[in-house]
Amino acid sequence: MGIPHLLVHEHDDNVGVVVVEGLKAGTTMLAVVTADNSAFEIEAKADIPIGHKVALKDLAAGDTAVKYGEDIGRFVADVARGAHVHVHNLKTKRW
Amino acid sequence: MASKYSNMTIRAFRRDNGRVGVRNHVVILPVDDISNAACEAVANNIKGTMALPHAYGRLQFGQDLDLHFRTMIGTGANPNVAAVVVIGIEPGWTKKIVDGIAATGKPVAGFSIEQNGDLKTIMDASRAAKDFVHYATELQREECSVSELWVSTKCGESDTTTGLGSCPTVGNMYDKLLPEGIYGCFGETSEITGAEHIAKARAINPEVGERWYAMWKAYQQDVIEQFKTNDLSESQPTRGNIEGGLTTIEEKALGNLEKIGRISRYIDILEPAEAPKSGRGLYFMDSSSAAAECVTLMAAGGFVIHTFPTGQGNVVGNPIVPVIKITANPRTVRTMGEHVDVDVSGILRREMTIDEAGDALIDMIVRTSNGRSTAAEALGHREFVMTKLYRSA
Repeated sequence: MGIPHLLVHEHDDNVGVVVVEGLKAGTTMLAVVTADNSAFEIEAKADIPIGHKVALKDLAAGDTAVKYGEDIGRFVADVARGAHVHVHNLKTKRW
Repeated sequence: MASKYSNMTIRAFRRDNGRVGVRNHVVILPVDDISNAACEAVANNIKGTMALPHAYGRLQFGQDLDLHFRTMIGTGANPNVAAVVVIGIEPGWTKKIVDGIAATGKPVAGFSIEQNGDLKTIMDASRAAKDFVHYATELQREECSVSELWVSTKCGESDTTTGLGSCPTVGNMYDKLLPEGIYGCFGETSEITGAEHIAKARAINPEVGERWYAMWKAYQQDVIEQFKTNDLSESQPTRGNIEGGLTTIEEKALGNLEKIGRISRYIDILEPAEAPKSGRGLYFMDSSSAAAECVTLMAAGGFVIHTFPTGQGNVVGNPIVPVIKITANPRTVRTMGEHVDVDVSGILRREMTIDEAGDALIDMIVRTSNGRSTAAEALGHREFVMTKLYRSA
């Protein structure tokens, strides 16, 4: 297996984390699920900085974001598979 | 059951009370802000001593004053400290701190400034400090078991890589060394918000879990609800967290909790700066998530090594406790590598397992215990920051 572009904690997660610097839109990313080292491919829809998140499937405003197999907040905009997920489209449910 | 960690030894300082220290500081401790100048003068006179100036110690009362004394006494009592000179403006509170530290059996002497002035106080305290340097420099390291270490943790400038790499590295270390008998400590009360259901479930039993939850809830009601704006006033997540890709407090909390590993459970809850009383095991300390405050409180609780996962590159250190920095972020390794003690960026490249990373951290804990300076020590980071609970009288 090569060096992954994207790491995903659990199979239930709908977001993953970019772990390489300088990721460009259009890159076919190698994604690895750390829970069992299984791999898949997904295309990046944007230039996404290291550490930032990517949607693993098409998601709608109101959907729950899942990471570590847990609820990490609510999408506040529709997000396409491979798009950048951050403060512009994901918010805490707390406040 | 014996493991490959059971026979690991370090060379460290055994104190009169049986505790093991990994440093051998002679500290010049001000009781209050206005005694900082005298303490710094003594530290300047006598080489091999270190003053710990701070901002508080006057007109405090109630729980806030209790915390002040607990932090002062705990800092002096820490096994990384060989001997202490205490200087305060007046003799009453000075003696209280001297007596608290003296209970450990280590040499401690107190001096007060009123009716002496700074200059006579500095002269008298410098003579005591010089005697303490001679005492401390004759102490020898001896062979001790790794299991005698008290190891705390708190992460800082977190990002998504801390949850993937550096926090699980600390968690793996705890899963391996807590069964050997070390004391562990995590905290950061505000930062558990979003994963409080998980933290509560990681208590050793439901009674401890309920006490943990009551402590967390009290913080929410007394502090967050009283002072919050729309969120945590741009503090949780911090600007640095957001730059690093963390979006919500829930996401940050889940990454944070990776520090207690897969199997470790906490056995009791500590007040800020409180020393453990329930024996060997993992503790939660009610504490700020601000790095220097949290490390200062855990050092006052008696912990002698601090493990500090960082993503974006927090540079914090502590004057008496070595702070070991761990990062998995390759950009942080590239741009600020001088702050990194354990590089676990191989986890992100799938070149290093969490098990291997945990072993690398344990190796660095042993080397640091034996005397290796941490990056923060070599770079002169000595952040000593007292936690204050409310306004003074």
